[in-house]
Amino acid sequence: MTLLEKRPQPSRAWAWATPLLAVALTLVAGGLMFAALGTDPIAAIRTIFYDPLFNPLFAGYSRPQLLVKAAPLILIATGLALGFRAGIWNIGAEGQYIIGALCGAGAGLALYPLDLRLIFPLMVVAGAAGGWAWAMIPAILRTRFNTNEILTSLLLVYVAENLLASMAVGALRNPDGGGFPGSRNLSQWGSSRNVELIPDTGLHWGVVAAMIAVILAYVLLQRHLMGHHIRLAGQAPRAARFAGVNPSRLIVFCLGLSGALAGLAGIFEATGPAGQITINFNVGYGFTAIIVAFLGRLHPVGIVLAGLLMALTYIGGELASFTLGIPAAAIQAFQGMLLFFLLAVDVLTNYRIRTWKGASA
Amino acid sequence: MDLSSISPALVVASLMVASTPLLLAALGELVVEKAGVLNLGVEGMMITGAICGFAIAVETGSPPLGFLAAMAGGAALSMVFAVLTLVLLANQVATGLALTLFGLGLSSMLGQGYVGIKPPATARLDLGPLSDLPFLGRAVFSHDWMVYVSLGLTVAIWYVLTRTRAGLTLRAVGENHDAAHALGLKVVAIRFAAIGFGGAMAGLGGAYLSLVRVPQWTEGMTAGAGWIALAIVVFASWRADRVLLGAYLFGGVTVLQLNLQAAGSALPVEYLSMSPYVITILVLVIMSARRSRATAAPASLGKPFHATA
Repeated sequence: MTLLEKRPQPSRAWAWATPLLAVALTLVAGGLMFAALGTDPIAAIRTIFYDPLFNPLFAGYSRPQLLVKAAPLILIATGLALGFRAGIWNIGAEGQYIIGALCGAGAGLALYPLDLRLIFPLMVVAGAAGGWAWAMIPAILRTRFNTNEILTSLLLVYVAENLLASMAVGALRNPDGGGFPGSRNLSQWGSSRNVELIPDTGLHWGVVAAMIAVILAYVLLQRHLMGHHIRLAGQAPRAARFAGVNPSRLIVFCLGLSGALAGLAGIFEATGPAGQITINFNVGYGFTAIIVAFLGRLHPVGIVLAGLLMALTYIGGELASFTLGIPAAAIQAFQGMLLFFLLAVDVLTNYRIRTWKGASA
Repeated sequence: MDLSSISPALVVASLMVASTPLLLAALGELVVEKAGVLNLGVEGMMITGAICGFAIAVETGSPPLGFLAAMAGGAALSMVFAVLTLVLLANQVATGLALTLFGLGLSSMLGQGYVGIKPPATARLDLGPLSDLPFLGRAVFSHDWMVYVSLGLTVAIWYVLTRTRAGLTLRAVGENHDAAHALGLKVVAIRFAAIGFGGAMAGLGGAYLSLVRVPQWTEGMTAGAGWIALAIVVFASWRADRVLLGAYLFGGVTVLQLNLQAAGSALPVEYLSMSPYVITILVLVIMSARRSRATAAPASLGKPFHATA
């Protein structure tokens, strides 16, 4: 018979190997899925993972997109991972991303058409504050009323989406836009533009912010008392309580930080790649970031790699739907599959597989 | 705003239709959670059921076959969850989220060719003279048969959970899986069955959305109904009778805001559309503030079970 035996310590080797194993398994299963859709699986996989980077026909456009798409994913996932480690489940990053963009854009547009260097930094601060405030709702409801933060943070996404729709046709609508929904173009207004710092690389301020966030998260987890508390609360909640960890402070900190980072991702997107606030401004980065956080094993460095990989599936998926006619939704299913396999093979990190043949256990 | 255009009988009738998907999904999740498993993938299973049911009903022309296919689709997806959490001991919260993300992608992929098609109509249940009653006839006794199936299932689940040996076994597994295991109960097998049942019910609820309530297929059409169903279980303090109350309450809020939209309320449409979610949050807050969750929730809810002996 086969039995799982808990390892005394999670295996370090498997901790590194499982994400790779999961990616490999997803490629096989994804290939089968593409074959079922009537596409040559080898061509599909090559179009998604190889062509955007190395095919001279597409690489010129696709390579810069890698950083553009990875930055919000990494920024959001870094914040989420801190909470996930402590057992605090913020799954409403999509909503915090929207509110961040709305607050940041609102702060900037209030000063339109002033020509001031300070406007962009102000918008960034307002964006982070907006995301933070939106995440404070589930945090306070959890600490004051013990309301499950999973449900409240998720439900607030739908509230945020409706607010976005209302703002895009109401308060933030471009007065010179001929009545069309959507705000003024923020990437064309000098004061609010999120500039590409090095031409043709996709490197904008959001990428810089993501790098800083990753480094700070790493330092926090490895060197700071708060990071120690986060890891302790996740691994041994009772021990954490005895060690003087205040659960409420931890919830407020983790939710607030992940909300602020999601808000930052939102405002960098609104002022750069997206360019304006529209009804369908949010494209699911907040949800994909959950996969990124797990794929990166909740570790800042892992999240960078996972974010780049996931960005590649976005870009490659667009390319595949363009050249091979693979439905865009197939990529979403592909990403979900990756998370399944990741969770499935994770058993190898924490458990050993024991097999007995015939003999009694 | 013109409130006189709102007919009370029609409001009650549409309330019952709007509540049925929530009721079905929440009843399924109730059984799952009573067995000590937290499956956050309700939204994913619902939308998978919505497209499976829609596709089969359109292809065969038979809504009953569609509902059966929806149950099969939801249950199949829930089995992925069951294998991951029960056999491979994956984290239930993360796996449930994965189920929702995967289900949303899978359903829009499957639904490619079904946008803009009208499904075959689900038959109205003929209740004879009852349907001719003055107010109640139109409000309560002139629905399709699924509405009455969902009400029947509520009673059946309440009965099984509280009055039968099977229900006692299920609750024992949910309250203390180690003790249940020591008593010789097959914890993993029972949870497999509960999760499969929950998946089938969520699929059924999703199919009701795409076949009756809307009736059409659009991407992401569940729009958070699965999450509201999860909230209803908390609201109901894990009791079948209160699940019915909760589902009808939330269905009522939805219908009310839709009617206010139609009547030309002074509030912008977006604020009315967000009201069901806001009210769900408020109700969750009130319920969790009133008593400690520990007294009502199954004690083993969300905890992994690993038999060491």
